[in-house]
Parts: sequence; C-alpha cells; structure tokens
Amino acid sequence: MSALIAQFINLLAALLLMLSFAMLAQRRILTLIHLFTLQGITLVLSTTVVGYVTSQPHLYYSALLTLLLKVLLIPALLYRVIDRLRVRREVETLINIPTIMLLGILLVMLAFYLAQPLSQMSSSVARGTLGIALACVLLSFMTMITRSKALPQVIAFLSMENGLFFAATSATYGMPMVVELGIALDVLVGILILGVFLFHIREQFDSLDMSNLEQLRDE
Amino acid sequence: MNGLSLLAQLLDILLALLLAPLLTGWVNQWRAWLQNKTAPSLFQPYYTLHKLFHKELIVAHQASPLYRAAPYIVFGCMVLASAIIPTLSTDLPLAPAADAIALVGLFALARVFLSLAAMDVGTAFGTLGARRDMLIGFLAEPALLMVLFSASLISRATSLSTIVEGLAHQTLVIHPSLAFAGVAFTLVSLAENARIPVDNPTTHLELTMIHESLILEYSARHLALFEWAASLKLFAYSCMGLALFFPWGIANAKTPLLLLLALPLLVFKLAVGGALLALLETFSAKMRIFRVPEFLATAFLLAVIGMLITLLLTPFGKAA
Repeated sequence: MSALIAQFINLLAALLLMLSFAMLAQRRILTLIHLFTLQGITLVLSTTVVGYVTSQPHLYYSALLTLLLKVLLIPALLYRVIDRLRVRREVETLINIPTIMLLGILLVMLAFYLAQPLSQMSSSVARGTLGIALACVLLSFMTMITRSKALPQVIAFLSMENGLFFAATSATYGMPMVVELGIALDVLVGILILGVFLFHIREQFDSLDMSNLEQLRDE
Repeated sequence: MNGLSLLAQLLDILLALLLAPLLTGWVNQWRAWLQNKTAPSLFQPYYTLHKLFHKELIVAHQASPLYRAAPYIVFGCMVLASAIIPTLSTDLPLAPAADAIALVGLFALARVFLSLAAMDVGTAFGTLGARRDMLIGFLAEPALLMVLFSASLISRATSLSTIVEGLAHQTLVIHPSLAFAGVAFTLVSLAENARIPVDNPTTHLELTMIHESLILEYSARHLALFEWAASLKLFAYSCMGLALFFPWGIANAKTPLLLLLALPLLVFKLAVGGALLALLETFSAKMRIFRVPEFLATAFLLAVIGMLITLLLTPFGKAA
C-alpha cells in the first residue's frame, strides 16, 4: 500500500513538472493562470497524500492553506488584474519557444543530476521527487526570464514558489507551521504589491513590457 | 498453443482490415455530431471504398512504375504494422519479426513512398504536400521513438508485444513516465494521422491540406488503397496507444480464453477513444504550418522527460 502511495506521489510530481513545462511553452495569459491553478490543485493533493502517509496532521492544514490561497484566492486576483488591465492577448517571449523548450530540458537534466546524491541521503517516502521539485523551480525561473511582459513574470514567480513548497513537503515532510504561515502571507502580500506595481508600470509606460524599465533615467 | 497463437495473429490482421474503416466512420460521425451537423452513416468509409474499387483507373501519362507501385507498398506497410501491434493478444507469431523501432521504420517507409509518388507526376500540389509531410514526419518520428523507448525502459525490451505483456500482466504499479509518454503519444498521433491541429482530414482547400494533396492525383483502386491505408494507420496508432497506456484485458499465451473477452473490450476502448479524438479535434483550431515544429518539439521533449523520469524515480536498489 505504502509503495503504491509513494508511486502516487511520484505521479503527482511528474504532473507538476508537466504543468511547469506547459507554462514554459504557453503563449496565452489566461491559459497560464489556468495552469497555475492546476499546479495548485496538484500541490494540495500531494500535500494531503504526504500528510496521510506520514500521519502528520499539520500537513492537512498546510494543504488547506494552499487550497484557499493558490487555488482560489490568487487565481481570482489574477483574473481581476487581467480584466482590469485588459491583457488577454498573446504573451511575447524573448526567445522562440522551441529553443526555450530545449533549454528547459537541459535544466531538467541539470536538476536531476544535482538532486541524485541529495535524494540518496534522504529517507522519506518520495525522495525521488526532490529532483523534480528542483526542476520545477528552475523551469519557472526560466519562464520568468524569458517573458517580456510583467504579468507572466508574476505568474512564473508564483509557480516558482509552488516548486519550493513541493520540495519542502515531499522531501522533508513540510516545514514548521509558523514558517509555512509566514511564507503564505508573504506570497499573498507579494502578489498584492506586484498587482499595484503592474498598475503603476502600466500608467507610466502604457504597456506592461519590462524592457521599458531599462530606459529609466534620473531627471 | 501454436494453433491458437496463429489464430490470434490472423484475427489481429483481419480485425484491423475490417474495423479500420469503421473506426474512421465512427470518428467522422462524432465530429459531425459535435459540430451540429447531420452525421454521415457509420459505414460511409466502406461505401466509399466499394465505390472507389469499382471505378475506372486513370493514371497520368508521365507516371512512372513507382507511381503505380506506391499504393500497394503503403497499404502493405500498414497491414504489416497492424500485424505487429498487439490488439487482442500479445502471443503473436509475427511479433518477433519486428520490434518497436522497426515499426517506426515501417511507418517511415510508407511515408517515403507516399511522398515520392506524390512528387512523381510533377504537379505543384503533390510536391508541396510531400515537403510538408516530410517536415512533419521527421519531427514526429523521433518523438514516437522516444515514447516507445520510455515504455520499453519499464519492461526492458523493444519488442512491442513483450512491452505490452509486461504492462498488462503485472501487479498495479503507477508509472509517472507513462503519463508524459501518453501526452506525447497523443500529440504525435494527431500529427501522424493528419488530424486537426496539424492537418484537416476532410479539407480540399488547397493551401492548408497536407495528406489530401499527396493523393490528389490518384483515382479508383489506388485511391481506395490509400484511403484504406490511412484508416489502417489511424487504427494501428489507436491500438498502439491503447496497448501501451490501457493494456488491461489483452490476452497472452497463458490465458488464450481471454481472447473472447478482449474483442468486446477492444471495441469498447476504441469507441471511447474515437469519440475522445473527435472531441479533441472539435475543441482545437488548425495550426499554422510553422507552428507544427513547435507542437512536435513539445511532444519530443515530453517523451524525453518521460524517459528521464523513469531513470530518476526507479528505486536505486533495482536496475535503473
């Protein structure tokens, strides 16, 4: 039974990686948010399963927190932001997408290579997933640096946090509750501040293209 | 049991030949329903084949022998391919003749002859279609190979029937790599069978057709063979997908009686799969031709990640 559950966690980890890849290749903002929501759902499931298999009730709370925050609240906020900013158009990438994907797979290989010795030392149920979590973080980072607009960068940043959270729950059975609450609050405040930033950037430059920020001059 | 395995092999080929047009008809019917159109009869592909086989054959003056041979070669490749793919039973006498790599080669052989024949007469459309088809083919084949490799890493064999045997008759194990391989396989089979995001199987609009422009010059029984081969290809891909990702209920050498159960189960799985294919096609819009490399690159990368994940997640104690 426990072997099957470990495999289920592995499956969820694989799903998370697949969603990260889908985000990397995605052109539309709306789909990006859908994918982010799906990532949140995967995270909730995996946290609950890890909590069940290790019988640590505090993981249930953290799953609930993830559900409220990353599946319901943040996507709702993001929908409102894109509604208000009217940016449902296609996202421009700085490099063309097949190249991004090729670089992405190199990142995955790197992450797996780095995580192999680490996970050999670990003794938790889902030690193999550490590499996947690391790959998710790197892929989200890649998504962030290859987009020129602000909103996809924000979403990629949030998805990076998802990867970190997954690493924490699967490899070390979760962090202390205080830390988790702190991070959750940080993410929430972060998205609010970024939302405000988005409106200001837009007001200043009439676009959300980050390359405009490179030409700021002290006057 | 030799007689039984021979029977299974014969059934396998006959079933592919007979059911393939039905599957095409089923998918077309669902597509029409989903688009609020009056659906053609389920047996329409059979009527079309019957009609085409009875028409007078017209061949272009400058056509070479290759042009005449191509339909038979392509059809032969598809029949052989469906003989190797385990549909009802994994106990197939022909299966040792070719493994998964040779299967991809068979599909490639058919593609090469189809493209050569399309260029043979020298019309603009044929050449255009052949080029596009080769573009899709050279991107889809490595992806298909990677999908088959990630499945063969699990059972450590490249023979398709051994892989399916290993997947179907073991204790329940979740393979995350197969999730990746499954998505990649879906993308590849959409491209290979000229389905909607890549090509529209029903269009004769000049600038967008790929598969149709290859067989534009063909008529009568040659065209019928190509149509049948296309149905067979769809059937072969569907059966391969079902055998790799939903292998439950396939008979093997030890349980020949399962053959009786395998047939209705296969028909059921194909019916569901065909309806899903039609749904997928209705939901997606046809891509520009230059987006196709991106689409297939995604498939390739997903398959490669599937392989990597197999290597990462298998317990270190066991062989990788």
